[in-house]
Order: sequence, then structure tokens, then C-alpha cells
Amino acid sequence: MSKKQKNLAVLASVFLMLLTIAPVSNAMHIMEGFLPVKYCILWGVICVPFLVIGFMNIKKVLGNDRRTLTVLALTGAFVFVLSSLKIPSVTGSCSHMTGTGLGAILFGPCVTSILGIIVLIFQAILLAHGGLTTLGANCFSMAIAGPIISWILYKLLQKANVNKRVCIFVAAFLGDLFTYCVTSFQLALAYPSEVGGIGASIAKFLGIFATTQLPLAVIEGILTVVIVIALETYAKDELSSLEF
Amino acid sequence: MTKNTKTVIILLVIAALIAIVPLFALKGAEFGGSDDAGSEMISEIQGKEYEPWFTPVLETALGGELPGEIESLIFCLQTGIGVGIVAFVLGRFVERKKWQDKENGDSTSSK
Repeated sequence: MSKKQKNLAVLASVFLMLLTIAPVSNAMHIMEGFLPVKYCILWGVICVPFLVIGFMNIKKVLGNDRRTLTVLALTGAFVFVLSSLKIPSVTGSCSHMTGTGLGAILFGPCVTSILGIIVLIFQAILLAHGGLTTLGANCFSMAIAGPIISWILYKLLQKANVNKRVCIFVAAFLGDLFTYCVTSFQLALAYPSEVGGIGASIAKFLGIFATTQLPLAVIEGILTVVIVIALETYAKDELSSLEF
Repeated sequence: MTKNTKTVIILLVIAALIAIVPLFALKGAEFGGSDDAGSEMISEIQGKEYEPWFTPVLETALGGELPGEIESLIFCLQTGIGVGIVAFVLGRFVERKKWQDKENGDSTSSK
């Protein structure tokens, strides 16, 4: 090997190492036992009203039109699928989508919180992924905060007469991204940096979570649009009874 | 091919590309690591090793971590449940629309 080649090889490996060292992490739910007790309780308590309202909303929606049950099942299954697919991202680590944007757009954020918590419990118990103690925090980020943003954005963009598919894409995309921003905030709140406090910690966690999540959020937006196209084609009646 | 079909196919291809490209662009990257990675950041901020105060129920029951293969099994199960329901519901919708279209066609032709 000539000297030039050697240098090139060294440079290339350094470059590769930099890429690899740059945040390698599982940007996902907060792990079991990783939030101090008071925050676990705090986030859990915040979730309760949403879940209660969600439960009542589901009853109301189904009471209005029993047939929407199938769409509800589909929405829940969508969350199940998307949150089980770990997808490689540009930062060299994997993360998964939330799939809650669809529910938020069709049924509103409260109903989505019920769908989300089912998935979170499944993963916490069977997969040791996320956790029972951090259920409240994870539920808030993935099943409440994200969907709320999706829902608000969707309504606003629709009022502004933006193309419907663009509305759905943007809502699902930013909802997914916001979920991970909230996760960063939750971790930062529990673990403020010595220098710079909560703000510095947020920046650190955001660096991992948000960058990893960015391409995945785009995929989530796309898939949500695809599902809505399918529903618009084949399930017009149900959608109209959801006032979609 | 209808316009919708085209849109759907293009969208799905884009989604697949976004998912696959990093795998080839970042050869040698770990893609996943472990759950320790998130805790590393916490340790870094705190300046000391963080001890989780609660271990997952399953790990307590198993007396150790869930084996990787089994974990992927359960993840597959989760995907399977989801895809099954999505496919079932969409299949019903598609068939229903076929019947509805047919019935509508019959009623208009008999008039």
C-alpha cells in the first residue's frame, strides 16, 4: 500500500468512526426505572384526564355510528405496526415511529391516547421496551402531546385551505417529531446539566432524539397519507360519520 | 392505473428509500445499540453511573435480559397483530365497495 493510500484509509476510518460515535442510541421510549419516582407520578397523573376523556369519546363516537369501530380498529392497528418497526436513521441508530398521527386526525387526541397506551403497555410488559414506571411519561409524549400537535396543526391547516394531503402529512410529521421533543424535555427535566441546567440537557437529548427521528417522521407522514387515501377510497361512509 | 394508485406507489417507494438509504450510506454503523445508550447520556450529564431503580417486570421474571431472538419474535408478533387487523379491515372495505358499486350499477341499469 502506498503512503497516499494508507493516509486515505486512515482518514476514511476516522470519518467512519466519527459518524459512528456521533450519538449512537436507541431513540425511543424512556426506559424502565430511568425517571425519578416523582416524575413518574407527575406524568402519570397528567395522563389520567386525557385517558378518561378518550374513553368517553370512544363510547360517544361508537354510539353515534357503530360502523366506525372498524376504522378505530384500523387506527389502533396502525399504531401497533408503526411502533414495532425499528428503522435505521441517518445518525446511525434506529428508532421507530409512533403512528399516532392518524388517530389524532381521525378521532382527536384523547381517543388516540387510549390507542397509544395499549401499545405502550404491550411493549413495556412483553418487550421490556419503555416501562411500567415510565408509562405515564411515555404515554404523555407519544399518545398525548404528539397527537395534540397533529390535531391542532391539521385543523389549522385545513382552515387555511391547504391541500388535504399536505395537511395530513405535515400534521403526522410534526406530531411524530414533537413526541421525541417531549421525550427530550422529560429527560432533561429529570436530569438537568450541571452547567446550563435544563436547557443544556434539552439540547443534548434533542441532539439524539430529534435528528434520529427526522427521517422517520417523514416516513410516518407519508404512510399516514397513504392510509387516509385508502380510507377515502373505500370507507367514505365511516369517514363522513367521523366528520372527516 | 388511477391517479390515486400512482400517488400511493410513489409515496411508498419514497418511504422505503428513506428507510433503506441510511443502511447503505452509513456502513459499519451499529444501528440500534442497546438500551444502555440512552442511559449513557444520563450518566454523562450526571457525571456518574445511573442505577435504574426499577427493572422491567419481564426481566425480573426471567432473571435476566430478554434474549435478542425472542425480542425480535415479540416485535414481529406486534407487527403481525397490527398488519393482520389493518389487512382484515381494509380487505372488508375493498370488498364492500365492490359490492356496493355492483348493486348501484344493477339498480341504475334496471331503471
